[in-house]
Parts: sequence; C-alpha cells; structure tokens
Amino acid sequence: MSVFINKETRVLVQGITGKTALFHTQQMLEYGTNIVAGTSPGKGGSEVEGVPVFNTVQEAVAATNATASVIYVPAKFAADAILEAVDAELELVICITEHIPVLDMVKVKRYMEGKKTRLVGPNCPGVITPEECKIGIMPGYIHKKGHVGVVSRSGTLTYEAVHQLTQEGIGQSTAVGIGGDPVNGTDFIDTLKAFNEDDDTYAVIMIGEIGGTAEEEAARWIKDNMKKPVVGFIGGRTAPPGKRMGHAGAIISGGKGTADEKISVLNECGIKVAETPAVMGATLIEVLKEQSLYEKCKTH
Amino acid sequence: MWELNIHEYQGKEILAKNGVSVPKGNVAFTVEEAVEGAKQLGGDVWVVKAQIHAGGRGKAGGVKVAKSLEEVKSYSESILGSTLVTHQTGPEGKEVKRLLIEEGCRIKKEYYIGLVLDRATSRIVMMASEEGGTEIEEIAEHQPEKIFKEVVDPIVGLTAFQARRLAFSINIPAKQINKAVSFMTGLYQVFVEKDCSIAEINPLVLTEEGDIMALDAKLNFDSNALYRHPDIVAYRDLEEEDPKELEASKYDLSYIALNGNIGCMVNGAGLAMATMDIVKHYGGEPANFLDVGGGATPEKVTEAFKIILSDQNVKGIFVNIFGGIMKCDVIATGIVEAAKQVSLNVPLVVRLEGTNVELGKQILQESSIDIIAAESMADGAEKIVAAVQEGK
Repeated sequence: MSVFINKETRVLVQGITGKTALFHTQQMLEYGTNIVAGTSPGKGGSEVEGVPVFNTVQEAVAATNATASVIYVPAKFAADAILEAVDAELELVICITEHIPVLDMVKVKRYMEGKKTRLVGPNCPGVITPEECKIGIMPGYIHKKGHVGVVSRSGTLTYEAVHQLTQEGIGQSTAVGIGGDPVNGTDFIDTLKAFNEDDDTYAVIMIGEIGGTAEEEAARWIKDNMKKPVVGFIGGRTAPPGKRMGHAGAIISGGKGTADEKISVLNECGIKVAETPAVMGATLIEVLKEQSLYEKCKTH
Repeated sequence: MWELNIHEYQGKEILAKNGVSVPKGNVAFTVEEAVEGAKQLGGDVWVVKAQIHAGGRGKAGGVKVAKSLEEVKSYSESILGSTLVTHQTGPEGKEVKRLLIEEGCRIKKEYYIGLVLDRATSRIVMMASEEGGTEIEEIAEHQPEKIFKEVVDPIVGLTAFQARRLAFSINIPAKQINKAVSFMTGLYQVFVEKDCSIAEINPLVLTEEGDIMALDAKLNFDSNALYRHPDIVAYRDLEEEDPKELEASKYDLSYIALNGNIGCMVNGAGLAMATMDIVKHYGGEPANFLDVGGGATPEKVTEAFKIILSDQNVKGIFVNIFGGIMKCDVIATGIVEAAKQVSLNVPLVVRLEGTNVELGKQILQESSIDIIAAESMADGAEKIVAAVQEGK
C-alpha cells in the first residue's frame, strides 16, 4: 500500500512535448512509471518516447483510461491545464509548474469545489511511491521502498529528508510535495489523513517552513487524530522578518508564522522537531527507536 | 521580486481611473513642480507627502500640511532629497525623490479597508475597521473584535450586500452607505483586474462635506501576473529597489541581501532557507538568500555567482544543490564559467546531489577551480564556516 499513487496508476503528461516535460517523461518512464498518454494541443496523433499524444485531456482519458495527470505547462497556461484535467474527472492532478498567478489559483480552487479530482501543487516536486510510481521531477535514485511517509512544502527539502532516510536504510511509503504556494490543492492535513489510514506507513516526516499557519493546524490535527509518530522540521528559522524567501507563502509579518512559533506549537502537540535540516532523518530514527518501530522500518 | 510595490500617487492614479474616489493631487520631482502642482490644485490647504516604498512616513516627518504656497515650497525643500527612516526602511532609510502634492481635506472620521488573500479559505477577504489610521496588525492584536471581514466568492465578486454589511459594521453614517459600497466594490474590481497581492486603504476618510475617499493607498501586485499588466510594470521605480536584488531579478533569480559573510547559492526556496539555518547553526552568518530556481541555465548560474561576489562582505561561498528539475551538470557548468569570468579569491564549498550528480561532479573535477567538496549539507556548512574563519 501507499498513498495517492501506486503501480496501478495510469499517468497522463499534460504538455508532454515541452522541453522540461520531455526530460522528466523520460526519467519517469525509466523509473517504471506507467505513462499511458500525453497531451499537446495540435500534436494529437503523434508519439513521444512511445507514448501516444492527444490534443485534449478528454480524448486522452477516453482512449487510455488515464487516472492521474502531471502538468508541466508554462505558468500562463497552467491554471487552464488544471481545469481541463478536473473537467475530465481524473482522480489526481499533480501540477509541477511554478509562478502561477495567485488569483488564477483562487478561481481554480473555486471550480474544484464538489469535484472528485485531488490536486497536488502547484509549484511542487510531485509524488513518488518508491519502486512503483514516480510522478514529478524528483530524482528517483535517492528513494527506497519502505514505511515512512514524507510530506513537505519544499521540493528540495523533501529530497534532503528522503536521502537521509535512504542512507540510513529507512525506506519510504510515499513522499508528497504539496508545494510552496499560498493557494494549493492537497494540504498537510489531507496528506496526514491518507498516511494515517495507510497500513504500510508506520511513521511520518512533516517538513514545513515560515509563513501561514498550516503547520500549526496540522500539528493540532496530529495531536487529536494521528495514530502514528510524526517528526517535524521548520525551515527559515534565521530568515529576517518581512522578507519573502522565494515561496510566496514564506513571509513573516506581524509576528505570525515565524519558525519559533511553529516549532513551539509542534512541540506542544507532541511532535519532535529536528534541530537542523541535516538531522531530519536522525530525529525520525530516534523516535522510531523510542516507539520500537525501528526494526520494522529498517530495510534488511 | 515576488511582489511589485508602487508609490502612493501611482496607486491613487489607478484607483481614480477606475472610479474609486481619491483626493486630487499632483506628483512633483522638484520644488518648482511641487509649487506649480499646488497652484494648479487651487484651494488654501495642501498636503506635501514624501513618496517612498515604505510605510510610517508621517511619523518620520515625511507628511506635512501646508497652509500657503510658501509653506508648500519650504516643506518640499526640506523633504525632497532628505532621507526618511521609518520602521519599514531599515536603519539606513530611504532618500525621497518624489513628492505628492494633494488638496487638503477636512476629515470627519478615519476608517480602514483592506483586501488580502486568505490562505485558509483560498479566497480574497475584505477587512474593514472603524480604527482607521492604525496599522491593521496592531488592531488585530489589541482589538480583534473591531475588525470585520467578508470572504469573497470569485464567481460573483464582492457583492453589494457584503459591502453594505461591512459599511454598517464599521458605523459609516447611513447617508454615506451607498458611497462606501461603491468605494469598496470599486476597490475589489481594481484588486482582481490588476492582480493585486494587497490593497490597503488606511485611512479611508469621511470628510466634513460627506465624501468618502482614500487618503492613503497601498497597492502591491502579484509579480507572477505582471506579464498581463504592462501598465503596472510601467509604474516600477527601480531606484526603490536593492541594486543586487534588481540585477538578480533580471535573470529570474530570487536573491535577498543579508548582513553576513557567507554567500549561499542553493536551488529551491525551502532548501535555501534551510541552508541559511544550518550555516548559522555552525556559527556562520549568511550573506544572502539565493534560490537559482528550477529552470536556470549555466548563464544564470554564472550571473548568480557574480552577484554573490559583488557583495564586498562575502568571504566564502557555499553552493548547496539537490537537483530535481535543476540538473547538477548545469550548476557545475555555470560555476566553471563564472570562475573564468571573475577572479574567485574566496573559499568555495560545493555540495552536489540529485539529478545528473555524477556528470556535475565530473565537470567540477575536470576544471582547475579550487573547490572544497562536501558530502552533505551539514558537512558543507561546517567546511565553509571553518574556511571563512581560517581566512580571517
């Protein structure tokens, strides 16, 4: 088991003929992801890396029964690409594209109300269930199949955490990058719920950063509902107030959303927080040992 | 640059064009223009307002009420060219290069109106308060019951009934309710049509004559949407921006200057912040935040390197890359190119991991650059801190 994606997932690549999409389609195929279709308006009928290309998502789904899509189209067209995937009733849409205007995403979220599709992202690295299915831009080789769930707002910090775990022989059930934008689809709590219900996930690493209150809300949810140990990390402890550090979400203003505030709420909710980004894996291992889960999580 | 900030007079120009009422005013770059501007407005009371990209101008002496043209002249002389230090400028302050000369108005009462994105609901929210003139963060902290909010459904926009509910909640007199409603709905229109990230009117004033108008206006814009607003881009005042940050923005690099001496080059905002955290953890001080982004080319990496080195305080550089969409060979090629173009006379620690890592390491090894290789981010942080301390 795993969350959101597995080897049964039938993947559609929106914007498959773009340079970035092409490179990552190759990488995903190499990893073993079951890519069944691509779209590129005007290029329907052609093939890319042996994958059939369609003009519209609707056609692609009708012809191939794709269940999930990944979006690599430029920011100007990305909101529309999400809408197209939602309209075609895909189960899952993962939007990698960064720099989508916030007000476009406000409309997308409104459009998605009551629809069946789950959105992950935008501005995210994607989702990977190691050794089964990789959808996104993460380097496949750092992952290892196992029992730790990873959820993060930052792409590269997700890689960092996964890498540390793999080096210690601790595999992952699924790693989910929810993205750094202020308006996104799946959030921490949605992902934690999925990990909580997943029989193959024994523990979770949650990686947050300054800005907003999503980590605090997730911490409270964990305290009340989570049956599995969670370890946290909050990036941006040393960020100066009032400056925005890349992610549109990461701005501290009026004393809200600082790393220290978040860390203290996480601690209050019983979540151990890694002191530095270099010890995310080590902190999780400590907790696994305390809860006698280490042997179950260690790959032999 | 994630948000475009503009001057008050520019914001008011946008509001006026869209039927949102503001006092009449003229921008002035010289004292002569200021006096001319006042004459053209007529009347016998004017407000001379310093135009800089920072709040708190009034307290810093950047806003004066003039009761004669002589006073307009003398206030303009003293404010233009002076450096204002406010809670938002930092201790170095900002030099005033533009003034707004505005007709004076007789204020009966001040209110607060603001539009922001609410991340919890993924909707735009209009906030209103009777406590105008005070910063909203302060009201939120001390009198949260005095802030009223309406969450806007993007399909119908801010409705008249919502605006009316807000106007009544903040005790706008019954006679002026319709004016307040049209002000609020007009402001919302500007917000969505121009892709604002924030629109704050503080204060919104009710005048003795019974008019409702924006006495101040703070409009910021979502930089991701600027491609569809050339009119807003034209308002950009480059002199208000940090030169290094400006240079970085030309190459789509996210750069923020800080006070330390360890230059950092990282991919991904989260890892970039975490890299600053770990440098500090090992006793170093980061000189900057720099996210090269996912789509960088070797040219952009070279420029990033030059920008880091243009900071005189930099005594060492830590490159921390975990390739995903960014490929390690691209970073390596950019570093090699940068080393050819500028003399690298500070220690350089490089940690590479992720997509095309072997290729990246090979490019660096084959070059003649003196590089301290790091196995992990902790190892890299320790090494750069040690190298910088040795160099002292």
